[in-house]
Amino acid sequence: MSSATIISLPDQSTARIPKTNFITKENGLLSWLLTGDHKRIAILYLISITFFFAIGGSLAGLIRLELLTPQSDLMATDTYNKVFTMHGIIMIFLFLVPSVPATLGNFLIPIMIGAKDLALPKINLLSWYLYMAGGIMILYTMMTGGVDTGWTFTTPLSTHYVNTNVLSTGLAIFVAGFSSIFTGLNFIVTIHKMRAPGMTWFRLPLFVWSNYAASILMVLGTPVLAIAIVLVALERTIGIGVFDPTKGGDPILFQHLFWFYSHPAVYIMILPGMGVISEVISTFARKRVFGYTAVAFSSVAIAVFGFFVWEHHMFIMGVSNYSTLVFSLLTMLVAVPSAIKIFNWSFTLYKGSITFETPMLYAFGFMGLFTIGGLTGVFLGTTGMDIHLTETYFIVAHFHFVMVGGMLMAFLAGIHFWWPKITGRMYPEKISQLAAVVTFIGFNLTFFPQFILGTLGMPRRYASYPEEFQILNVFSTAGATVLGVGYLLPILYLTWSLKYGEIAGSNPWQATGLEWQIQSPPLTENFAEIPIVDHDAYDYEWLEKMELAKKQHEGQEVSSVG
Amino acid sequence: MQQQVDATGFAMWLFLLTEIMFFGGMFTAYLIYRNWYYPAFVAASHQLNIFWGSLNTLILISSSFTMAMGVWSAQMRKQGALVLCLILTFILGLAFLGIKTIEYKEKFEKHHVPGAHYSLQSFLNPDSDQEAREAHDKPLPLDMARHTEIYFSLYFAMTGMHALHMIIGICILGFMIVRARQGAYTGGHVSFVEYFGLYWHFVDIVWIFLFPLLYLISRHQ
Repeated sequence: MSSATIISLPDQSTARIPKTNFITKENGLLSWLLTGDHKRIAILYLISITFFFAIGGSLAGLIRLELLTPQSDLMATDTYNKVFTMHGIIMIFLFLVPSVPATLGNFLIPIMIGAKDLALPKINLLSWYLYMAGGIMILYTMMTGGVDTGWTFTTPLSTHYVNTNVLSTGLAIFVAGFSSIFTGLNFIVTIHKMRAPGMTWFRLPLFVWSNYAASILMVLGTPVLAIAIVLVALERTIGIGVFDPTKGGDPILFQHLFWFYSHPAVYIMILPGMGVISEVISTFARKRVFGYTAVAFSSVAIAVFGFFVWEHHMFIMGVSNYSTLVFSLLTMLVAVPSAIKIFNWSFTLYKGSITFETPMLYAFGFMGLFTIGGLTGVFLGTTGMDIHLTETYFIVAHFHFVMVGGMLMAFLAGIHFWWPKITGRMYPEKISQLAAVVTFIGFNLTFFPQFILGTLGMPRRYASYPEEFQILNVFSTAGATVLGVGYLLPILYLTWSLKYGEIAGSNPWQATGLEWQIQSPPLTENFAEIPIVDHDAYDYEWLEKMELAKKQHEGQEVSSVG
Repeated sequence: MQQQVDATGFAMWLFLLTEIMFFGGMFTAYLIYRNWYYPAFVAASHQLNIFWGSLNTLILISSSFTMAMGVWSAQMRKQGALVLCLILTFILGLAFLGIKTIEYKEKFEKHHVPGAHYSLQSFLNPDSDQEAREAHDKPLPLDMARHTEIYFSLYFAMTGMHALHMIIGICILGFMIVRARQGAYTGGHVSFVEYFGLYWHFVDIVWIFLFPLLYLISRHQ
């Protein structure tokens, strides 16, 4: 690793954290719990999301520990069912869906577009409370025995055959769903109505574009999941028969409604992550994102296409061959906008002055792992391959490459990238680079063997497996341990840095976004005066001119004082 | 401030969009099952009470009218008229729910509520049933008669979700009546009344779709 770096920390002997900022403005627990400030709500979200991530991660650890040996010896098979179900539910609804939008998006979108806050601050706070209500209900479910339907709530299993806490889980997801709807709604309204003068649509940072696209999915998709869950709950309690085959109902209808949300949900999870990557790549390659417009529209294209591919989760459920053909084709089409992004990021790197700070390492991890995850998705979208590979570990590896290798890497990239802005202090660079590398190695060791296991035919969702699969499973469990260390490290050193990190100053990365032109941590009202935007996003020449002008200005002041 | 008002109005429309998606799921289910089990849907639809259904439609449309008048009074800063309109809307909303309760009670009595106590009697042996006799229904084969339970499942899910929206609306109306008496909306801050009006009209429109789909299948025969 060369010493090439773009960090320009202020002189540490004189550097100060600004006295007035959104953290110090008011004190006391109530000032946080009743806040309307998007930055404080983002931090509430960050803490709660990390908490649920830790629970979901521990459950993943239990799963891998059980799979270390071919027999089901650590826990009974029905306990295993509950553990992987709770892992899925917590990770998807309480971590991945809100991860980037509700934390980084909440914190940054108003600042990036030059606004004082989101359009509806109270609704924003309400959305956090709904999230917590959903989270507490999930915890209640876990305390009282959990649920074992898989996160997909497959009917008629969930409506008739299990006697675990389907209702409380369903209610939790319903409530958390509204939290997600309100976040999405707030973002769309904010981006439409609150942009600063001069901030046209094509001057928006790509992070805003991708969150906008994800918000559309949240607003249109989530209510369909809500109604599907309501119908399951009604079927379980009073016995209506919409999904009940004995009454002429069709369980496949549930699958349609469920995946109509749950496939776009994948894009709700990944799109904001892609936005983070755009910002990081541009900053650490010192170049405008190549093909800005194409990247912006590819986010919207993913959102639109994302609504028309849900049936590829149902190829083996007895749907018509003709519709299979159409959905298979549409599935492959989604790969196009995703590929546009990957190619454009690569072109952005081309001839850039690349430095290797931690966020960039995570971003590289994202690009590689997301590409593998995305391409294996095309395998699975091919009908012939799908019949062979679906419901095996291949599919588990595929979506973990996208969700963990893609989304979590992006989340960590974003957290590191904006950590100096959020807290005013730098994270320790060396150890965080180490953590990024450990995460990458651990991840590959965990999930790559699962591709092989899947092609060999090991089915998912079983606590035991034939002996010949053990060696690969041992690799996977070992990798999960390394991965666990990789996630534990940031939690430790980021907490450490809150007190002992070096003071970051307003723009340590020399980045161009509006958020970097204000103090860190920002003022409660973000901007002392409403900014007027007269340049495109990622305009590094503009930044140089600004810096130069500032220096001259300071020089004049010094000379006039002298 | 104007920006804030614009933003809230836009947010309200977006919220109604999510509501459309929410009801859309059930309408899709209805569409599919109605195509599959048309005779069962016709026979089951004849069991609904057309008188109460029409009256309820009338009540709900009137309540939309009083609500619209309420918005107008708020804009014209007529406090008395606003309070009156809101109270009328409140009463009409309650009347709707009251009639809905009567209808639900009928279904309970005839064992047309899906679940363990569901009875196929009215469809297998229409002569034993007053409504079926009046509609000149023919007995359905057992297979098809069973599917009437799907119809009633959708009937209760859809009207139930609609009623839930009505209940939420009536609670907000109660809150608004108290605030309106204090003159909160007649001093120029009409937006809350306007946005609630949008919600109320939306709930009304859902019923305008539900009524023909549930009550009026093949009534002309």
